[in-house]
Amino acid sequence: MAQTLYDKLWQDHLVQEREDGSALIYIDRHIIHEVTSPQAFEGLRMAGRKPWRISANIATPDHNVPTTERSAGVDSIVDPVSRLQVQTLDQNCDDFGILEFKMNDPRQGIVHVISPEQGTTLPGMTIVCGDSHTSTHGAFAALAQGIGTSEVEHVLATQCLIQRKMKNMQIRIEGTLQKGVSAKDIVLAIIGKIGTAGGTGFAIEFAGSAIRELSMEGRMTICNMAIEAGARTGLVAVDDTTINYVKGRPFAPTGELWEQAESNWRQLVSDEGAFFDEIVEIPAESIAPQVSWGVSPEMVLPVDAQLPDPAQQSDSVVAEGYKRAMEYMDFKPGMKITDIQLDRVFIGSCTNSRIEDLRAAATVVRGKQVNKTIKQALIVPGSGLVKKQAEQEGLDQIFMDAGFEWRNPGCSMCLAMNADRLGEGEHCASTSNRNFEGRQGHGGRTHLVGPEMAAAAAIEGHFVDVRDWS
Amino acid sequence: MKKFKNLKGLVAPMDQSNVDTDQIIPKQFLKSIKRSGFGPNLFDAWRYLDEGEPGMDNSTRPLNPDFVLNKAEFKGVSILLARRNFGCGSSREHAPWALEDFGFRALIAPSYADIFYNNCFKNGILPVILDENIVDRLFSEQSQTVGYSLEIDLENQIVKTPAGEQLPFEVDEFRKHCLLNGLDDIGLTLQDESAIKEYEQQRIKEKSWLFTEMKA
Ligand code: SF4
Repeated sequence: MAQTLYDKLWQDHLVQEREDGSALIYIDRHIIHEVTSPQAFEGLRMAGRKPWRISANIATPDHNVPTTERSAGVDSIVDPVSRLQVQTLDQNCDDFGILEFKMNDPRQGIVHVISPEQGTTLPGMTIVCGDSHTSTHGAFAALAQGIGTSEVEHVLATQCLIQRKMKNMQIRIEGTLQKGVSAKDIVLAIIGKIGTAGGTGFAIEFAGSAIRELSMEGRMTICNMAIEAGARTGLVAVDDTTINYVKGRPFAPTGELWEQAESNWRQLVSDEGAFFDEIVEIPAESIAPQVSWGVSPEMVLPVDAQLPDPAQQSDSVVAEGYKRAMEYMDFKPGMKITDIQLDRVFIGSCTNSRIEDLRAAATVVRGKQVNKTIKQALIVPGSGLVKKQAEQEGLDQIFMDAGFEWRNPGCSMCLAMNADRLGEGEHCASTSNRNFEGRQGHGGRTHLVGPEMAAAAAIEGHFVDVRDWS
Repeated sequence: MKKFKNLKGLVAPMDQSNVDTDQIIPKQFLKSIKRSGFGPNLFDAWRYLDEGEPGMDNSTRPLNPDFVLNKAEFKGVSILLARRNFGCGSSREHAPWALEDFGFRALIAPSYADIFYNNCFKNGILPVILDENIVDRLFSEQSQTVGYSLEIDLENQIVKTPAGEQLPFEVDEFRKHCLLNGLDDIGLTLQDESAIKEYEQQRIKEKSWLFTEMKA
């Protein structure tokens, strides 16, 4: 029978199916960061258990780390509570012999950036992490999903996860993108269309010619935000782009093993005629650069649009949500997106902090100056290796000449667990993935955009349509 | 994990859709390496008028009088009535830890985000799903009755209203079993240790590239 990519991945990892419909799924890779793992390690110790397979794990601290000068490693963290959390990760990894890229390792970075970079994310794997954006790794045709801390402990102890099979959804983007429209705009447009619960209970496969045209970085951006569309997992089929990206990565197979792996990976596509419970189609040409205006990623509009009127909404729950969002953001219905004035700009996060994102932003800002009304414009590379690569290409200089701050890798202002954050009431153009109330700092107001849009907004002090701006 | 059998409890309404886990427990409290003590910071940004930080004495902080859980009538509440897509966003299990620490044992909503839904069961919280129109009706009944309580019978999968109406709900058999008996599912999975080992051996044979040594 014709199978979807998700069906194949599920089938391949099935250890046991139970009568009640739940199943035991084998986990190939477990990625660990400091925030969601301490209680899991503690639970493991208390029960006298050990990790099932040490080599399945890879760890790095990212959420709490400062992005300013930090050559002293973990001792550079000023906040004692944050420092203890990172020290706890170091200790747990040392105790059990788990491979960890510590704070002053050049390979340190955001979990979802470093694993693909190292080749510890491979096609056909099941990948989990105590972090909802684990969906990112689905760009490699890996069944990748975020889990809670109890499940982190479960995976450490048993190398398995208890699950039920999800339904299949395909989102097809056919055609050619307009100039200036990026992968981020595609995924924001998808969320605008299906809503933040649209993908709940589904594994979403992103397909169509516009997806195939994307680089691995672009595909990761899209799968990253599958979770904002409600889906635990997003997928893209394997093709030459996937294979070429993986080849030669530090932990990727070599020689004969590579040959075996590649021929296996080539089958990681949905079969002709496979059944999808739901199919969503969006023509690539119809997608404009997107800007989120509210406090949920589904509150997103094309840059040339105006804010909606809550009173005009037919669904009362939606109307109430819009009203609250307008109040929180201090907006009035009908305001133009391009009239939104900004205080800060953040280019980074596991959505948009890879080399291609930085190149795209640098192209926009080259030779220009950050607007005087912008208090701070941050560039936070996703990993030490992305940072190094960007510096070799001279991107750091372009950014600094324009008035951006060039920082060390980490989650940074995506969730503001470190010192990088918005002040009360400030508006930020951010390449991250969540615009929830207070996400980037207490009372802060986030606008989700792609890297070019964020860069252009930094120059103008407000949003502009990058399609007709230079 | 605490067992969950029957619960009769006071209901508090959270009349808003897409409540995300960043609201349920803001990130600054995620720095803790413990599992307990999150209750005082549940819904921190909505509940207090100042900006909360870990280590503060929460009893001296200014409360937001408009926030539902600060109202005297909801003291001792154990059931939260919510709207669609409750618990969306971050996978942080600190969200159910905070709800549980505050005193919630059950939630009622038309839908939940996947990861959050799953996390609730691991912490002895029952997230009940009822049709949107029924949830609507419960909201309106609640708003008209001081001390509005509901009874939840997990064994029979029924929510009972004060008027005696019985509202059936669906729940996964395995999760129900774990919740009713307070079972830790790691222990259960390890009963199948030999099946996991067998699968693993086969996989090492067929796909040895997945088993590269990675050690510190
Ligand atoms: S960059 Fe943001 S979304 Fe990504 S892992 Fe870090 S905190 Fe989470």
